[in-house]
Amino acid sequence: MINLIIQISKYLILLLMALYTLQCFTVFRLKDEEAKGYLFLRQNMLMFFMHFVAFMVLYLELSETTILLFYGAQVLYLAAVLVLFGNLYRKASRLLINNMCMLTCIGFIMVTRLSYEQSVKQFKIAVLSSIVALLIPVIIRKLRFITRMYWAYTLLGIGMLGLVAIAARVTYGAKISFEVGGISVQPSEFVKIIFVFAIAGLLTHARDFRRIVIATGLAAVHVLILVISKDLGSALIFFVTYLVMLFVATRNPFYVLAGVLSGSVAAVGAYFLFGHVRVRVEAWKNPFKDYQGDGYQIGQSLFAISAGGWFGTGLCQGSPGAIPLAAQDMMFSAICEELGCVFGICLILVCMSCFIMFANIAMQLTNRYYRLVAVGLGTTYAVQTFLTVGGATKLIPLTGVTLPLVSYGGSSMLSTLIMFAIVQGLYMLQRDEESKAEKRIQEAWSPYHGEANYTGVQEGYYEDDRYAEARETGYGSEGRNGWDEPGNGFYDPDGYFGPRYEYYADDGPDYRERPYQEERYDEKTRRK
Amino acid sequence: MRVKEVRFEQEPEPVQSGGRNTELGIVTYTFVFLFLIMIGYLVYLNIWKVKDLNSSVYNTKDIANMDKYIRGTILSADGSVLAQTDVLDDGEEVRVYPFANKFAHIIGYATNGQSGLEAACNKELLSSHVSALSRQEDEGDTKTRGDSVVVTLNANLQSVAYDALGSYNGAVVALEPDTGKILAMVSKPDFDPNTIGEVWESLVTDNTSSVLLNRATQGLYPPGSTFKILTTLAYMRQKPGEFQNFQYDCISQITVNDVTINCYNNTVHGQEDLKGAFSHSCNTAFAKIGMDLDNEDFISVCEEFLFNRSLPVTLQHSTSQFNLNRDASYGEQMTTAIGQGETLMTPLHMAMIAATVANGGILMKPYCIDRVQTWEGDLVSTTKPSRYKRLMTEEEARILKEYMQETVLNGTATELGWYNFTAAGKTGSAEYISGGQEGTHSWFVGFSDVADPDLVVAVIAENGGTGSQTAVPIASQVFQAYYSIYGN
Repeated sequence: MINLIIQISKYLILLLMALYTLQCFTVFRLKDEEAKGYLFLRQNMLMFFMHFVAFMVLYLELSETTILLFYGAQVLYLAAVLVLFGNLYRKASRLLINNMCMLTCIGFIMVTRLSYEQSVKQFKIAVLSSIVALLIPVIIRKLRFITRMYWAYTLLGIGMLGLVAIAARVTYGAKISFEVGGISVQPSEFVKIIFVFAIAGLLTHARDFRRIVIATGLAAVHVLILVISKDLGSALIFFVTYLVMLFVATRNPFYVLAGVLSGSVAAVGAYFLFGHVRVRVEAWKNPFKDYQGDGYQIGQSLFAISAGGWFGTGLCQGSPGAIPLAAQDMMFSAICEELGCVFGICLILVCMSCFIMFANIAMQLTNRYYRLVAVGLGTTYAVQTFLTVGGATKLIPLTGVTLPLVSYGGSSMLSTLIMFAIVQGLYMLQRDEESKAEKRIQEAWSPYHGEANYTGVQEGYYEDDRYAEARETGYGSEGRNGWDEPGNGFYDPDGYFGPRYEYYADDGPDYRERPYQEERYDEKTRRK
Repeated sequence: MRVKEVRFEQEPEPVQSGGRNTELGIVTYTFVFLFLIMIGYLVYLNIWKVKDLNSSVYNTKDIANMDKYIRGTILSADGSVLAQTDVLDDGEEVRVYPFANKFAHIIGYATNGQSGLEAACNKELLSSHVSALSRQEDEGDTKTRGDSVVVTLNANLQSVAYDALGSYNGAVVALEPDTGKILAMVSKPDFDPNTIGEVWESLVTDNTSSVLLNRATQGLYPPGSTFKILTTLAYMRQKPGEFQNFQYDCISQITVNDVTINCYNNTVHGQEDLKGAFSHSCNTAFAKIGMDLDNEDFISVCEEFLFNRSLPVTLQHSTSQFNLNRDASYGEQMTTAIGQGETLMTPLHMAMIAATVANGGILMKPYCIDRVQTWEGDLVSTTKPSRYKRLMTEEEARILKEYMQETVLNGTATELGWYNFTAAGKTGSAEYISGGQEGTHSWFVGFSDVADPDLVVAVIAENGGTGSQTAVPIASQVFQAYYSIYGN
């Protein structure tokens, strides 16, 4: 009987994942807000169903009763994240929240399968990280200055990486992590975020070459320290992220070209200078040349993928544990082995959907600084996914980075959740401004002049809540040519991919928060 | 109705708005492209690389399957069990080989590592295609029986070949030229795979007789006169339209630049044409041919016939060697032409060359795995005969066939003419010096029936003397057994 259940569940999991993935993309075709809402709900149901099926198999295979409790706790956690993010932040991107939960859910399933002990640890970290992440959008909204201290971030980032390079313990040949009170912390995961803020700040007004040189120099220091620490994966992530941000800030393709060229020269140089770079490349060229040594991990990874084939062996039916560091760096191969390459492809597509949402949000942001932050964070996410998936499949040399949210690793989990939350925060900022701008139009066009009610405005948000009264009395809530209805073409907050109509609110009443003020400030300092 | 007019200062132009996102669009599409590359590569891995990876010698994924599956059974084409796993009462699994030594090399062993078909079919034997529904019926123990592999080997023919080789070290290969099915493969000295665990130490430490080596696929022997098949082919290609007129007066000896070639037993063959030289295996005539051959053409013929290359078989095998320099001396040319020189080849390779002649110039890929079925007998997959390529024209094959038949009718393999089937072949007496010991390996390669060949047999008996002395009688027993099993 158990065999039968396991065989059926294998295809069921695959089907649920495929449906979920499909909806990540069909959502872009929907224009109706309500229809979108239902689609997002359906996605959640698919996720919970998949989670249930997977844990049923895990329970049958591991026959451990505590697994049922653990399953319950995970359901509660996932539901809480969905409800809390969905309700506290009504303006957040639901697709991004869904994907975030789906990836975490896949991570829970696979880490539990690989090591029950680790997964309990992972779960605790996920809960704590989510609480932190839940606060991030508030912080971004309320304490905008925090996002602007880019010089401090630059120093902090370089300082932290420098400390790692000097003092960290060596794991698998690289200096990556600290041991703090029994918990291993990987600072580069957090510096990644700080780095994006720092570079965004440096490049926002980078209209003169001097500033670009400074930014480039500082970015290079980050990358160099990482190369010296032998953390090649992070080095590459920082490098590509910087190039992309530079390109978006300057729109100058020659910088990118120059960057890619110098990066290639540096890579070739590193190949000849550093033994550890050479080892990785050799293992990539032919894993079986030194199979017992450096090629072992990638060899096992490939065997795992090929053992799984299209549909996988089924949960607990393969031996992904044979891959060194399966739960961390090789999660993708473990997934391909047991859940199948079709599942792996769906997983890549979900990651792609996350990246597209990151990019989409960046496109909607009118504030240059925030745009750069969103692009930077999106790039770190995409590059990291590429490095880990490409590394596991031997498309590129192995660099040893985690698959965000899916792999086992506390620092990675926390930093990725923070990253997602920051982007959500930026997205909400934008939608705040859109609705404020909208209101100004309402004020202009409304017969009730200035007493319009906007349904989406949360109570107590504005410092001078001029509309509170109107909201309470319901006065002025009826139709004004549909300007205040979401989804009527004036703005289309969710899931629109590509250039869109943008509304500029730069001359709004609360100009204190407008970027041009800072521009003035910059000009002053520059004159000094 | 009150209307307020609003004026937007610095209202952005739509063009700017569209242009603002171009760079983000570029970035997005670039990364989307990267994601798609990842997917594409994964698909590529799954379509083109999976087979290699799954059968890689380093792949240890099957070890995990040993906990889930009882190793499947290997059956011969005529339904005998060649290897099966018995589960004892205490759950211990024992691999049993009912034919003991007879299939030792080709079936191989599955403890202390794996060899032969046990290694080649490891994945099939350790996985199951029984439907999930019927799998649950034998849920009593948690292990499922792995799939069975039906091989092309015929247990009767194998037994006859095994007995025919007798006490000689060497190998016998029998295969169907028109399909490539291997019907028998014997290698001696042999071992009993049932007791391999107990004698393992002595087998691996013994360097002299290399018992574990499958001589049929891995043994490298000087081909001797059997190689003249290829020399003749090369000469036919070198002198099209003229080779029929070849004439040579054999005085049993030829000396060029201090190198002397003798005919075996110093026989004097007298005046002969190419056919006569071939059927009597006249060394001096072929030495002369060797000097006439263009070295580069000779090399290319041999390499086309898979010398210095991997054979198109899944079995582990050695690569046959052919070394001839472009500016080789007459001496080297002469010895190479008669199959001495530095040429070394495996018995399987020899059988494949004869099979090409028998099959009208087309080489079929030899194979051993006929089909895979579930332990209940439901078919999982079948191997279809597949063509390697055409290696010679039909005309060339016809002429070589005629020459080889002449060998049986009036040449060195006349013993094969005594039976109720027509046969063609070539003998070989390959002289060797190994560890100070001189000797002659006895070779025969040939096929029956000539009009529509059914079976190719290659025999090597180490230190067995001339081909006609030892190898031909062994081959004749195999041919006879074939016709008594399958009928004429």
